[in-house]
Amino acid sequence: MDSFLEEDAEAVVVVDGKRRKRRRNPAAQAAMHPSLHLPFLPPLPVSSNEHKLNFKKSKEACLDYIQDALLQKQWKRAAEFLTCYVESLEKDYSREHISASEMIWRIGTEILWHHSQSSVKEFSCFMEQMKTLGVKRYLKVCLEHVFHLLCNGQIDEAYQNLSLAESWRFGEQTAIQDKEMKLIQAYRGLLDYCSWSKQKSILLEHGEDEFSDLAVEQEMHSYFRKAAVNLKEIIKIPGVWDVFVKCYVDLLEFYGDHNEARQVLNEYAYNSKFPANPNAHVYLYQFLKRQGESKKSLISALKILHDIVPSHELMIDFNTMLQKSKKRRKRRLGLEVIFAGLDYAGWKENEKAWSCLARQVKQIVISEKHLDWIKQEWNSRKDWWPAFHFSRYLAKRNWQENKNLSYEKALVAGILLGKDCKYFKYVSHQGCKAQLKRFRTLKKFVTRHNPVYLRISGPPVSSVQP
Amino acid sequence: MDEEDTRDFNERCAQCSEVNWGLTDGGRFYCRSCHNVTERTREVVNTDFITNSRVQSISKGLKKQEKTDGGCEWYICEGFQLVLKKQVEALEALGVCPQMKDEILCNFWRCYLQKSKQAYCKRPAGETIKSLSGCESSTDVDSDPERPSFLRLLSLSESEGDLPTDCSFASSVSKVSESTSVYSGSVDGSLYLMKNQKEKLRMTMPMTLSFCYMALLWVREPITLSELLRFVVEGHIPYLNVFQHFPEKMKLCGLDLKIFCVESWPVYEEVFNKMHELAAFLDLPRFPDITESCFLHPDMLCMKYLMEANLPDELHNWTRRVVKKIGIGEVDFLTLMPGNKSTRKVKYDVLAAAVIVVVLKLLFLLDDNYEWILSEFAEERNKNNTEGGPYFEFKKWYEVVKHSLDVEQKKLDEEKAKYLWRCEKPLFYSIKNKSKVLKRRQMVVNLQNQFGKLSGSVQHAEKPNPSSFQLSWSEENRDGSCFHGHSLKGILQEKRGLLTAMNPDYWLCTVKLCNEKLCGHLAHYREVEFPQSYHFVLRLFSFLLRIQPSYIHDEVCMIEHKLFNKKLCKKLKYNSVLRK
Repeated sequence: MDSFLEEDAEAVVVVDGKRRKRRRNPAAQAAMHPSLHLPFLPPLPVSSNEHKLNFKKSKEACLDYIQDALLQKQWKRAAEFLTCYVESLEKDYSREHISASEMIWRIGTEILWHHSQSSVKEFSCFMEQMKTLGVKRYLKVCLEHVFHLLCNGQIDEAYQNLSLAESWRFGEQTAIQDKEMKLIQAYRGLLDYCSWSKQKSILLEHGEDEFSDLAVEQEMHSYFRKAAVNLKEIIKIPGVWDVFVKCYVDLLEFYGDHNEARQVLNEYAYNSKFPANPNAHVYLYQFLKRQGESKKSLISALKILHDIVPSHELMIDFNTMLQKSKKRRKRRLGLEVIFAGLDYAGWKENEKAWSCLARQVKQIVISEKHLDWIKQEWNSRKDWWPAFHFSRYLAKRNWQENKNLSYEKALVAGILLGKDCKYFKYVSHQGCKAQLKRFRTLKKFVTRHNPVYLRISGPPVSSVQP
Repeated sequence: MDEEDTRDFNERCAQCSEVNWGLTDGGRFYCRSCHNVTERTREVVNTDFITNSRVQSISKGLKKQEKTDGGCEWYICEGFQLVLKKQVEALEALGVCPQMKDEILCNFWRCYLQKSKQAYCKRPAGETIKSLSGCESSTDVDSDPERPSFLRLLSLSESEGDLPTDCSFASSVSKVSESTSVYSGSVDGSLYLMKNQKEKLRMTMPMTLSFCYMALLWVREPITLSELLRFVVEGHIPYLNVFQHFPEKMKLCGLDLKIFCVESWPVYEEVFNKMHELAAFLDLPRFPDITESCFLHPDMLCMKYLMEANLPDELHNWTRRVVKKIGIGEVDFLTLMPGNKSTRKVKYDVLAAAVIVVVLKLLFLLDDNYEWILSEFAEERNKNNTEGGPYFEFKKWYEVVKHSLDVEQKKLDEEKAKYLWRCEKPLFYSIKNKSKVLKRRQMVVNLQNQFGKLSGSVQHAEKPNPSSFQLSWSEENRDGSCFHGHSLKGILQEKRGLLTAMNPDYWLCTVKLCNEKLCGHLAHYREVEFPQSYHFVLRLFSFLLRIQPSYIHDEVCMIEHKLFNKKLCKKLKYNSVLRK
């Protein structure tokens, strides 16, 4: 081994160049290649090292048992093992990824939240202890405590806790937990908003009684100021702040600051630093609609939403708007939107959506223009929509549950699949049997336009004329 | 006024860690920051706390001096002496002979102190300066070497809480105690760990058990080392947190924790090896003979383990034959001869378990095939045969024992995970973090109470009585789960008036043994490389002895090589599977 290594080193020198080698005297050469001394190996352990530090091992095993119990929702068993695990607090290896104290906080919270015998008082007591235990996550613990109080409807206690947390100072830790502090403030702002909103409704109820209203109004304004300051801060930071944004916009709109509201919503929807968030576009759309903005700006807001969430319920509004448009391109987009929406199982029984599609398809068939639009949309769906939407089973069920739905669907099925398709046949047969007039007209309409189905489902135009 | 009275009380508040004390009307300190009232009163602090710091520096060399924290001077070996006392008392309570404490262990300990030059010795003056250790430079020891003060704790007349404050070491040079007291509560704690003593055996916590084991072996008590260690883990013998039994005045802190605070269970090998080192270090003579009537004799232990493993009593004939054939029942083999490096040290319990494993291999082969075939034969015969004891069915035995083993193993694992390591008496490295430690301790207790209530299970009941048997099988149970009376008829045959096994084959665990002195093991056990039946049997005994299966495997290999030594030499070249 040694000689091999030395040979190797020699070879490198040769490759390096003969010139250098010639210049070197033998003594120097010897200095360059000291004989290889292997380092000492650590002494072989006499006793197996596995047994060392049983304390730690035992606590790790304990943690495994807790996790198993938690996964199986055995809260009592988890509590039993946690009772033994807490000892590891006294030997907190802070080097570890998640310290024992954090473990205890997380597991304890989970157990207290689910355990049938725990109470809010006990939870608060636990939380207070956890706060003193870990300065590094003080504010996180505070936040969690507040959430728990809110879930139990203890709004005043939650507010108190938020205020307390906000005034917390602990050297540089305060600066390190800056983000958590922003959240604490934001949630306080949110609760201020709730108070504001309560005052507002009192004010609106007793609109006439001016004398007592003055105090209420003042109080309300002070809530507004407190809420607005904090909410404004948090939504500057990139993130998903739906609830904060909504409340802030509500405040702004109430006091007539529409420009600010628009700016906030635009920022929230379009700033690329923020994570993609469908709700941001929904809020913007709703705001624009409230403001009576032009169709064009409404459509552009919804277009982005369509790209992110094609199955969003607002897509029906979107389709309606597009159908009414004079521009061909937009009507074409409308058809795309409604077809895309109905690809989702959640839309299967959406009567409104089917009526939108039925209306637009009918329009196209009657006008006999742009049949190729339907053809193109249908092309990618014709192999799975029949089973997905137009089975005999669904025809039966739709007919039993919702006649209007089955009417709209039958119309679409009749046009796309022809008068012989199962869905159409079943529904129109049932409709005629029940002597419903519109089903008879439906049958006539479909029979008359039956050739359309052949053109739609035929081979694509391009392949016929190469 | 307040300011003056509280000036000297510099401890941090246990609740908010501030040092901002006021005085209540009752003379107690209260924290001005958080209004927490302490237990400490002004009087105590003023007299005890302040005067001492002065007095101490003046009264150098005085005995019974109290240190600043209200503790007294004490030495590490005194601590170990207390530990040993507690342990041997527990052993007495378990029923070992009463002479063991005062006549055996006490003498061993005395001898150790002398050999390690901690007491009962004259010391060359040059070394006194060199070593600078408090206990070693003690002049009192030199002048009065035979003084038995050290043994007061071990004598029966001693009361519990009494401390040997006037022992020969307390008079040590206070220069040493001053410079080291920062790092340890004991006088020599820091020096104790620093000392590089190759020629001396330094006392450790596992060594206390080596002492106990050595004494037990000397009086030939029927306790094996594995049993001793199991009793330790089960809490019948003080080991973990044993310092909580120290008198109030013996303060532990700093490096003392490293010495007395253990966070691991004692390891068989370590206690075993240290015992032999110790016996050699003390120059002990040959131990009393281990004869056939001794509990530690393989024949006796085999009987015990056969019962515990729920195996037929008939197997005992076979274990005896094996023991006899390879001479491991000889007095000279079994008796400990300290310092004799040529003989292998005998692990009585492991040896006996290994003998049983070898016998099982001889009769059943344990190759995951032959034992099942035999079992089927036995089953057939049991169906037709109603007379006499039933034939032993390996399969049934496996099912019954495996079930019990799994249940017990699971229980043991859970108990291990649930083990509470800490005791009431909190330890802190230094006064500085005392309040922090106390706070943590309080928090742990609070959390334990809170979740203990939610756990629904009753708090740990009293620990069960110690028992030598972990698995018990009774023939009174009519469910057929006891195999002690089952017969081996089906697997034996008569040859020339002698019963021999039907099984003609044997497989060796290893063809070549390793050098134990170089590699630490005779053989190397890897579970996947061996038949599952074999592994199961190892696992069973590993559970009973609470040691790794590989240790039993080592011993099995050793026995096999003794048993097949002649055949092995001849056939080694050709085949590792041998015909018997």
